[in-house]
Amino acid sequence: MAEDNGGKKPTGLLNRVQGDAKGLKTYVAEKGKEQLEGLKDPEKTQLYRSIFRVKHDETPRNRALSVLSNVFFHLHPAKVNRDAVKYNFTWGMGGITFYLFVVLTFTGVLLMFYYHPSKVQAFRDILYLENDVPFGKLLRNMHRWAAHLMIIAVWLHMFRVFLTGSYKRPREFNWCIGVLLMVLTLLLSFTGYLLPDDQLGFWAVTVGTNMARATPLLGNEGPFGALFGMTPYNDVRFALLGGSIVDANALLRAYIWHCIAIPLIASIFMAVHFWRVRKDGGISGPAPVMLEAEIKEEKGPRPVIMRPSGMT
Amino acid sequence: MWGDWQQLWSVISAPDNVPIVALLFLVPFYIWYAFRQARANDELIAKLEADPAAAKTAHRKTQPYERGWEREVHTWPYLMRIEFVAAILVTVLLMVWSLTLNAPLEEPSNPNVTMNPAKAPWYFLGLQEMLVYFDPWIAGVVMPSLIIVGLMVVPYIDENPLGNGYYTYKQRKFAIWAFLVGFVGLWVLMIVIGTFIRGPGWMWFWPTQTWDASRVEYAVNRNLDDALGFNGSWLVYLLPATWKPFSALISHAIFGIFPLTIYMIVSFYFLHWLANLTEFSRKIYRRMSLLQTVTMFLFLSLMLSLPIKILLRLVFRVKYVWETPWFSV
Repeated sequence: MAEDNGGKKPTGLLNRVQGDAKGLKTYVAEKGKEQLEGLKDPEKTQLYRSIFRVKHDETPRNRALSVLSNVFFHLHPAKVNRDAVKYNFTWGMGGITFYLFVVLTFTGVLLMFYYHPSKVQAFRDILYLENDVPFGKLLRNMHRWAAHLMIIAVWLHMFRVFLTGSYKRPREFNWCIGVLLMVLTLLLSFTGYLLPDDQLGFWAVTVGTNMARATPLLGNEGPFGALFGMTPYNDVRFALLGGSIVDANALLRAYIWHCIAIPLIASIFMAVHFWRVRKDGGISGPAPVMLEAEIKEEKGPRPVIMRPSGMT
Repeated sequence: MWGDWQQLWSVISAPDNVPIVALLFLVPFYIWYAFRQARANDELIAKLEADPAAAKTAHRKTQPYERGWEREVHTWPYLMRIEFVAAILVTVLLMVWSLTLNAPLEEPSNPNVTMNPAKAPWYFLGLQEMLVYFDPWIAGVVMPSLIIVGLMVVPYIDENPLGNGYYTYKQRKFAIWAFLVGFVGLWVLMIVIGTFIRGPGWMWFWPTQTWDASRVEYAVNRNLDDALGFNGSWLVYLLPATWKPFSALISHAIFGIFPLTIYMIVSFYFLHWLANLTEFSRKIYRRMSLLQTVTMFLFLSLMLSLPIKILLRLVFRVKYVWETPWFSV
């Protein structure tokens, strides 16, 4: 390195630094070139491997691992019935319902930034959202239409599950979870109805909660309610509204149920629902058809108490 | 006031009614879509049942199949790409829907100004429609609970092992009819009536009839016993003197038990007859335990009582079948 200094010994610090800098230049250039080359294959980088852990290629092993080693994907099994991936069996309604729940959570959280659950502010916040917040109108529209769509998707999902007999053994319990999830979906939508604090929501919730007055035993106008000591100020409707009329407390309660309580409960039920789909053997079909002659006889005697007529 | 197309359009095009208009198309479409596959499967089943020897080796699905094909495919990419595409399509649909139609916003809430008609959210309109025929404790509390519980017991009372995981009609006629009556006839149809037919004062307006808020409907609804001419006058002679003022009340309370009991007996017998109608259904019926049978008959009887009460109200102007001082049915 020091050949070009005219036969003289390196003199002083400056030359030494110059020499080192030169050396470093070549070193960095070589090393850098080598490592830039390496970046052409990003899947081999430590960063990529730390995130994905599995190579992205088309070997069966990696295709399976890419599902199993990803927290979002591992809801799925590594492999599915080849006929089940077609649209005509499942209609995709369960998945669409879940996706809409995600959309609603996302748009809902954004809406929460602009909304105060108080009688003074609530309606003004909606006006503010509609007129001043960038994309506020789009946000609110999307939240409402996604909610409507989710209800339709839930019903069609249930319809499909019924028509394919997918609630039958061993999926009975998961059907029950599904029914509860449908109820929660309706309640989510209903509690959201009041939040704009406009005439539409106010009267819909008034009509809806007035029914609670008529609850047998627990409502002040319901059968035996008065005998039970129910008045407008202590019955089940009072508990729902936090008062005897739809007012500030009702708005706050609807808000808490809508934004926190029901989504939490629904998430727990959803976790159970998806878990059980897997544990009960995955998507129910399309299963091979079964013939009448193949119905297995009952194992052991069953307690038959009532016999249909025309039987021996 | 017929031929008011403006009225019809204003109901159909109300932004919140879009889902119901969508349901009018989606429900028939998916019924058709399911039954098309059910028919294909039923034809396959008929073929296999005619030829038991072939049934042992045949491919028992209507989906295309060739020897050597794998039974399963990788989730990644074959399922997930569909899910991603579905997510994108739903997002696009929502985007377009949200850009073209605004979510409704009425005047600020005002307890002093009643909306007419004051309608529940569209998905509860079926229950609101039931308020015409039943007292609120039935329509608003008992009925929703029965629907939820009734749906949850379905898997535990359906003893038919066939049709698990594929569309079929012939193997599950009873179950499918029961569900269609409930879902389409009593849920979706009631929502459609509640949306498009019910106007101010929850009165019945045919499509293209003007929603006239000042219309007065003259209807005298009476109880079934009055309609049949039982008015309790005979009780006066039987009761002790102090009870006599209550004879009409007592007569109402006693009378209603009979038609309800008769209805339950008749409907149980009808369902029993239905369950015995074919060789196959009898076989399934025989597998059911007493508890399953009673549960199923109870829920189906209650479900069938809805159209009967609707008919009694709309055609015979009957308000209550059974009236007591505490509750009325």
